[in-house]
Amino acid sequence: MTSSAQPDWCTGRVLATTPVARDVQRITIERPARGRAAPGSHLDVRVPVGDSTDVRSYSIVESDDEGLLLTISVLRVPQSRGGSTFMHSLVPGDALQVTQPLQNFPLRMGAPRYLLLAGGIGITAVAGMARALRGAGADYTLVYVGRSRDRMAYVDELAQLHGERLVLRVDDEGTPLDVAQLVRSVDAHPLRGATELYMCGPIRLMDAVRREWEAAALPPVNLRYETFGSSGWFQPVEFVVSVPQRQVQTTVRTDETVLEALIRAGVDLMYDCRKGECGLCLLDVDAVDGVLDHRDVFLSAAQKNCGRSLSTCVSRVAAPEGSSTRPWVSLMLP
Amino acid sequence: MTELMPSGKVTAKIFPHPLNAWYAAAWDHEVTSKAPMARTIAGKPMALYRTRDGRPVALADACWHRLAPLSMGKLVGNDEVQCPYHGLRYNSAGRCTAMPAQETVNPSAMVPSYPVVERYRYLWVWPGDITMADPDLIPDMHQMVDPGWAGDGLTIEAPCNYQLILDNLMDLTHEEFVHGSSIGQEELSESEFRTRLEDDGSVTVERWMLDVEPPPFWRKNIRDRFPDFEGRVDRWQIIHYYAPSTICIDVGVARAGTGAPEGDRSQGVNGYVMNTITPETDRTSHYFWAFMRNYRLDSQLITTQLREGVKGVFAEDEAMLAAQQAAIDANPGHEFYSLNIDAGGMWVRRILDRMLQAEGRALAGSAR
Ligand SMILES: Cc1cc2nc3c(=O)[nH]c(=O)nc-3n(C[C@H](O)[C@H](O)[C@H](O)COP(=O)(O)OP(=O)(O)OC[C@H]3O[C@@H](n4cnc5c(N)ncnc54)[C@H](O)[C@@H]3O)c2cc1C
Ligand code: FES
Ligand code: FES
Ligand SMILES: [Fe+2]
Repeated sequence: MTSSAQPDWCTGRVLATTPVARDVQRITIERPARGRAAPGSHLDVRVPVGDSTDVRSYSIVESDDEGLLLTISVLRVPQSRGGSTFMHSLVPGDALQVTQPLQNFPLRMGAPRYLLLAGGIGITAVAGMARALRGAGADYTLVYVGRSRDRMAYVDELAQLHGERLVLRVDDEGTPLDVAQLVRSVDAHPLRGATELYMCGPIRLMDAVRREWEAAALPPVNLRYETFGSSGWFQPVEFVVSVPQRQVQTTVRTDETVLEALIRAGVDLMYDCRKGECGLCLLDVDAVDGVLDHRDVFLSAAQKNCGRSLSTCVSRVAAPEGSSTRPWVSLMLP
Repeated sequence: MTELMPSGKVTAKIFPHPLNAWYAAAWDHEVTSKAPMARTIAGKPMALYRTRDGRPVALADACWHRLAPLSMGKLVGNDEVQCPYHGLRYNSAGRCTAMPAQETVNPSAMVPSYPVVERYRYLWVWPGDITMADPDLIPDMHQMVDPGWAGDGLTIEAPCNYQLILDNLMDLTHEEFVHGSSIGQEELSESEFRTRLEDDGSVTVERWMLDVEPPPFWRKNIRDRFPDFEGRVDRWQIIHYYAPSTICIDVGVARAGTGAPEGDRSQGVNGYVMNTITPETDRTSHYFWAFMRNYRLDSQLITTQLREGVKGVFAEDEAMLAAQQAAIDANPGHEFYSLNIDAGGMWVRRILDRMLQAEGRALAGSAR
């Protein structure tokens, strides 16, 4: 149940692969060890990236009762360093290294009212929650947002299972999500203070919800979310980072982070989570030419606006609209 | 041919405990909104407290940050506990609500919050899969709160595996040998008994001793109700087991030959020995018990006398259980063998084994 379980690696086998939407592959993995997958849990998978391996996480969409068969769904990411490309290359019979179900996004049972919000591939993290809430007879609504229906996995299954409780919002069908209105509906409800919102989706969507939630003064602990990693407000571009104190200057490629680039250049930096949560990798911004693309959840909105610090494990610098020069940032060590 | 279970399997000496079950964690009065308290339930250290409006809470007793015990912390706000080390705060759902040294709260920061239900004077917690925590699964101990019954009880911190206590309570022939001075009598091991698995999944062991001398404990009880009582009694012990570890024993005596076996207990006294055993670790258990009676309800004197009397009797069990666990650990190469008197305990073991199987934690099916 706990988030702090140590990963327990074992060799899993791919049982089936099926495309379930444009660029989304459903993959069923058989694991030798049991372990029920609680709603919101994910698997870690070892994937080849360049000439080494790295770890990627995939939410468990479905599991059998004993947790021997786990189903995930993977979106092919255009700028992939390799993870999602590898996952899409898997065929039945392939072996791969996987962990037991890990939990960072637990669903709390017993709230009087739930709102689940999925954006795009984020549906993988909330589909299991919706199923568990339905099973428990809870009061819930599942809002599923996507750019176009052909990119949205599981629409038919979800509609069948959740009926009226499923609300679809599809950009190119003229029914995009109105975030302000969604949060207003929570605010206006008699159970406003007790409604729990669980969301997973692109950072722009989640940022918008967070802002409205804060503005409505709804209880911060009732807003739960999982980020699928480092999606930002801007497309990643190459930029220059310098640390004048160490006379270091280097380029941050699109496939690496500021933290990685500086460590490569010989700067000894402290970090831990590498997903923008703990704040250990923060450096102060000395000067910047470009737009800070904050991708962390450590800094508050006010701190991000003021632009004094950068979470180097996830955040980047983007080019301002219309500019063609390479952005750069100069950072200060503490 | 039907495949039979290997017999060595359910006689495991150190029996694992199911996690998908309600366990009594504390008496209602033990847990307060003044300060959290520490208790390990089914191998899981928990911090127990009440919110300001009295709702019981059970959180994992280790802070998300550096695992300091939250039970050493203090209660703040309406429903929060503050870590004693660096001040992180958690609400009753286990969500971190404040990180004193920063403006935001890490969305991953949480500690597990276990479902808790207050019922029958106990707080029950569910250490397993929260989506399965149905309060209707709490075993029936209504005599604890029913106005037709009065009594009280205590907790024994028993230095043994919980299943040894269930074995002890499912076979009362040990009373003759362990409790000779209070409730034991020869007729216990001589009388017939019937063991049955009920349709609702509970197990009943029923024993009647007809026309016997009442042992000292029961002579006192029947005289509390009928002060001039003399002579022989019909004595009963009807053991009800509810999975995973609750045993309520309907006990009593009535004037011999006045129809108690046929259902007329009006010439007797009736008690209920309420027992619910919570595994703490593999080798220690929290044993919650109470003795309830349905006569002389307003006598606090009798309530206290019965509680103290049963406490003395159960101290004899505790000494035996501690010695048995020590002998088990000192003789790792020796196995258990069974007698006919173990029928009740063996049903309990089989039911527990099935619960473990359903959790994917079947016992190793070793032969002896
Ligand atoms: C808990 C959790 C659950 C997840 N569940 C799912 C799931 O169910 N389905 C799913 O498809 N994915 C899921 N993900 C995301 C998944 O783990 C991978 O991140 C995803 O498949 C992309 O991996 P990749 O190696 O292909 O791409 P990456 O190379 O990691 O690129 C991913 C994104 O990051 C950007 N990026 C690349 N390099 C950098 C850099 N240096 N700095 C900043 N940004 C960069 C890319 O532009 C791209 O948008 C989950 C992630 C987490 C943490
Ligand atoms: S390492 Fe934790 S926020 Fe960057
Ligand atoms: S250990 Fe609890 S706040 Fe640090
Ligand atoms: Fe006894």
